[in-house]
Amino acid sequence: MSTVATPASGRKPEVQKEDAMWLQKELINRNYAELARARAENRKVSATFVPGNLNELLMCFDFARSLPETNALQNGMRKKSGKFIMDAEREGQSEDVCTYVKADLGMMQGGEVGPTGEPLPRPDVLLLSYTGCFTFMKWFELIRHKYGCETVMLHVPYQGEGRIAPNMRDYVVRQLKESVIPTLERISGVKFDIDRLREYMKESAKAEEDLVAVLQSAKNRPSPIDGYFGAVYYIGPIFTAFRGTPEATQYYRQLRGEIEERVRLGKGPVTPDGEMGEERYRLIVEGPPNWTSFRDFWKMFYDEGAVVVSSTYAKVGGLYDFGFRHDPDHPLESLAEYCLGCYTNLNLPSRVDMICRYIEEYQADGLLINSIKSCNSFSAGQLLILREVEKRTGKPAAFIETDLVDPRYFSAANVKNRLESYFQMVRQKRGAAVGAH
Amino acid sequence: MQQIVGRCQALFEDLDFGAVKAWKAAEPGRKAIGYMPVYVPRELVHAAGMLPVGILGGGDQLEVIQGDAYYQSYICRIPRSTIELGLTGRLDCLDGMLFPSICDVIRNLSGMWQLMFKDKYVRYFDVPQNYQDEVGGRFYVEELEVLRRDLGELRGAPIGDDELNASIAVYNENRRAIRELYAYRAARPWQAPTSEVYLVLRAGMVLPPEEHTRLVRDYLAATDAVSRPMRDNARIVINGSFCEQPPLSLIKSIELSGCYIVDDDFMLVTRWLLDDVPEDGKPLEELSRAFLHRSASTAAKYDARREDKGQFLLRQVKGAAAEGVVFAAPSFCDPALLERPMLQDVLAKHGVPYTAFKYAENTGQMAPIREQSGTFADSIKLWSAA
Repeated sequence: MSTVATPASGRKPEVQKEDAMWLQKELINRNYAELARARAENRKVSATFVPGNLNELLMCFDFARSLPETNALQNGMRKKSGKFIMDAEREGQSEDVCTYVKADLGMMQGGEVGPTGEPLPRPDVLLLSYTGCFTFMKWFELIRHKYGCETVMLHVPYQGEGRIAPNMRDYVVRQLKESVIPTLERISGVKFDIDRLREYMKESAKAEEDLVAVLQSAKNRPSPIDGYFGAVYYIGPIFTAFRGTPEATQYYRQLRGEIEERVRLGKGPVTPDGEMGEERYRLIVEGPPNWTSFRDFWKMFYDEGAVVVSSTYAKVGGLYDFGFRHDPDHPLESLAEYCLGCYTNLNLPSRVDMICRYIEEYQADGLLINSIKSCNSFSAGQLLILREVEKRTGKPAAFIETDLVDPRYFSAANVKNRLESYFQMVRQKRGAAVGAH
Repeated sequence: MQQIVGRCQALFEDLDFGAVKAWKAAEPGRKAIGYMPVYVPRELVHAAGMLPVGILGGGDQLEVIQGDAYYQSYICRIPRSTIELGLTGRLDCLDGMLFPSICDVIRNLSGMWQLMFKDKYVRYFDVPQNYQDEVGGRFYVEELEVLRRDLGELRGAPIGDDELNASIAVYNENRRAIRELYAYRAARPWQAPTSEVYLVLRAGMVLPPEEHTRLVRDYLAATDAVSRPMRDNARIVINGSFCEQPPLSLIKSIELSGCYIVDDDFMLVTRWLLDDVPEDGKPLEELSRAFLHRSASTAAKYDARREDKGQFLLRQVKGAAAEGVVFAAPSFCDPALLERPMLQDVLAKHGVPYTAFKYAENTGQMAPIREQSGTFADSIKLWSAA
């Protein structure tokens, strides 16, 4: 593998990416093209959320698959979300609520043109996987209310006790059997075939194995990847419309190969400006990234030699690094466990445990929390997470505040100042530790 | 009547939960379990011989100092004032806390409580968003069973079906009394102003349900015995206040601006189940059926069908002969604020006028709210005259 200045397709690059990053971009764009063609090809369209998404199941019914959060973040990265949000607010949405929701509603109001400029068809079914985020429920109710799309609910109980009780798993399985699958059969006109589901799940497990190897490669020094800004690209296919497809398997195999080669060569991550220089800080990050200033945000890190060795956001669509794999021998139970195990479906103590474990296993210098105004699911309680992690690990933690896709809530100067202070704190802590010895 | 309202006001203002402490002190070994607003099955707590205590934040009398260090500026106020109550020892009289399924903030608050108050019983109480008996119902009965077992362990003896049925009867009676109170207010709002009704309801958060039922009926009898002047006010329903409560002065301001509040969603837990739960069946299954099929609609619940959206509110409007709706939601309340445009749309289609504003439990500036609700009341009067 090499860090490439030219993408596989031969286009002139705007930024530097690894080969697998270009492949990832092509996959995502291909999905938008599929969605744009869906009506002409007489395909039914589904929409669902990233956390706990049931891609393998939706593929069993031949649905083209749209993910509104991905649409919102893609629009955010392309600087389109600010207008959409204001359009939704003019239509009566509150300034206080989730900007993903408003970006999505604003996009629909604006003619349903997707992030790539191609039309996004109105979904035939909204699969309301109520996992890890209460707002999902209102989001799809709003779309159903406005556009008349049919909605099917999959309620995933919260891991309030820090574990998956049998009752929780059984409940999700019963919903799949009694409600979700019959609805998807009816809308798609395709009969459910559990063996087809098993085949997709076998494919998922292969990709999951390789993804985990990629994410855990950050335990090396230097880390060959950035487990937050880079991982956003790595998790794209598996958390969206590709998990369970041979393309995803191929993508993760290729990615793993590239990363293993970087480890062998002792290289650090690839950034949009090329190879990262010396690795000076190893961080764990909690919370989603800001999408509207994604590149500027990342630059603040790599300019300082800061690499994120692991992040909770890279687990938002599923937690694989502690052992979960889709299990084709127990397909529905496995889908249920997958949904129940998404990061924001974990209670606060479990999230604290996980972060402390990352700090230790990845030999991180500390924790940085990017608190997102829009996302209570992540944000409410993060200040306690910060205190607990500092108390347990003795490592410094810091807090910055941005938003997902609302450009009004990204203050570059403030974020940069905070980061610089944090890096200084890490250095002081190191100095103190050396002095103590 | 003044005596009853005065007592309720004192209970409302007592952020040290003196009534709970007194109840516990009256008999050794008594336990109290707190719960956040919206819905928890208080029958189970009562059946364990414990006092269910409604925790509704700190209101406008509590200075939040420590609690603010736990929450960013863009998170609503009720979790921060509840943390403040906990950190200042005001909730030490509670032996446990239940956090019902309301929103992401309260969900995460349950975990914060687990981390901060390790010696207390804490449970996140999930409720199904699937309303089929064999799907959501089975899940819910099991959740109830876990809570029943936990509370039984906490008191040192399992809770029997007979005890539960007896508690269901107690709460049926309490709900009946509250339905009477609401019906009375809807019929004669000048006789039962909401600033008083609210205090009577709030008393039910800290008093045993038997005592609260008596208090509600005593209030009804007392207020009916005095004649109060009837005004030409607009009859309105308040919506959006099911969790973080508005300050009492806000309720008074709305009334002073020319509105009679004839229905609302304050402290919905007291009216969540819409009719009697059978008292002689399998109690957990009966509680489940009541929740699934005969309970109030709020933004914390999924509406299974598009055409169901807003119907509960419309029924409130029609049932109370209201002339308009005031959407009053706490700032940063995702459920209420996301729900609002859908409800407004339904109201618009049915020709029901509405207005909307936000508040926090410590909102102090009432002039803009008074102006807005006053203008709204005036416009209703103009339309109805036309």
